[in-house]
Amino acid sequence: MLGKEPSHGYQLRARLQQALGPAGDAMNAGQIYVTLSRLEKAGLVTSERAAGLPDRPDRKVYALTAAGQQRVAAWIAEVCWPGPGLAEFHLKLVAAAAARLSDPLAIIDAQRRDLLRRLRHAQRAAMAEPDRSDAALLLEGIVLRLQADLRWLEACERNWAGRKEIS
Amino acid sequence: MNDADGALVLRARGLRKEYGRDTGLVRAVDGVDLDVAPGETLAVMGPSGCGKSTLLHLLGGLDRPTAGDIWLAGHCVDRLTERELARMRRDAVGFVFQAFHLMDELTAVENVELPALLAGRSPRVARRLALSLLERIGLADRATFLPAALSGGQRQRVAIARALANQPVVVLADEPTGNLDSSATREVLRLFESLRAAGQTLIVVTHDSRIAATADRMISMRDGAFIDETRLTGGTRGSLADLAGLGG
Repeated sequence: MLGKEPSHGYQLRARLQQALGPAGDAMNAGQIYVTLSRLEKAGLVTSERAAGLPDRPDRKVYALTAAGQQRVAAWIAEVCWPGPGLAEFHLKLVAAAAARLSDPLAIIDAQRRDLLRRLRHAQRAAMAEPDRSDAALLLEGIVLRLQADLRWLEACERNWAGRKEIS
Repeated sequence: MNDADGALVLRARGLRKEYGRDTGLVRAVDGVDLDVAPGETLAVMGPSGCGKSTLLHLLGGLDRPTAGDIWLAGHCVDRLTERELARMRRDAVGFVFQAFHLMDELTAVENVELPALLAGRSPRVARRLALSLLERIGLADRATFLPAALSGGQRQRVAIARALANQPVVVLADEPTGNLDSSATREVLRLFESLRAAGQTLIVVTHDSRIAATADRMISMRDGAFIDETRLTGGTRGSLADLAGLGG
């Protein structure tokens, strides 16, 4: 979220809330400042206090360092399943678009390539098992989950392709 | 086409199909290049309206492109007369459609033997061929059934057998699982998998990820153009154990 521009903590929080909707309701302001100070210690974020204001986290403007930029780019490019929850993938798209780091559609394409390979793998394994066997049932579960994720990717694709046309 | 490409089953260059004109101009297919090698299985995926069905129709000679060239089994399709094109479709291409398109008044075996009869084979040879195809798709015992007496999955399998009747160089399938429930889809998946294993060249356009995942290669299409391409074979990261949630 910082990739877009240097920001106050409350601005980051507002952006996250906008991106996550009710799914992000549990997130509180304290978490954001704790995370920011950890990232600062790790050298990924810097902060600057606005002149004449007390040294409080909510008065600071945070920005990504060069290392932070790299870390964000690597995170966005990373493809994995089922590791990241839906929200994480969703935030990658939002962050990539906001910071203009990469095209959300390219991220969707990369994720789809990976999921389809996994689907092929699981589906072939499922077909090799006798029908109605326990093993086939578990593999069918994997196949159905992958399929659901692929359908959500389709929805993501429609949405982000639509925004591209408008902009 | 030079000699090096002679081995390709299908080759398309700069393929375009436009409908309408001026402000109503729609580029259903917009600059597609494609090479398909013998024995290759290819899935073209994309949202509805992305042009994938139009592309399939162009590749199979059901429709003529606005611009671009297609070579099918070594013949340049654009130079064929309508009559030659019809013969080419009948002999070199097997079509599979979402809605099966079986003849309702013909039995399963009569549907399957029809293309062979139209290609001039003797009734005896055509029947023998059709029966062996029904055997191959596991429906030998349904040979005398009318389509209405078959399940959706069985109808589509009969339609696939019909597509194979003239030993086509390529089978073109348009949303073959689009009208099927999940268990019927599985029947078709198995059949596609066995065609792939037997070395049948196959192009399927679909938005069903399961049928797409039977292919060796996948192309994504958007707004009439190819936007992404990948091999689905090999390179699978993550074991089945990880996928099942057993990973450490």
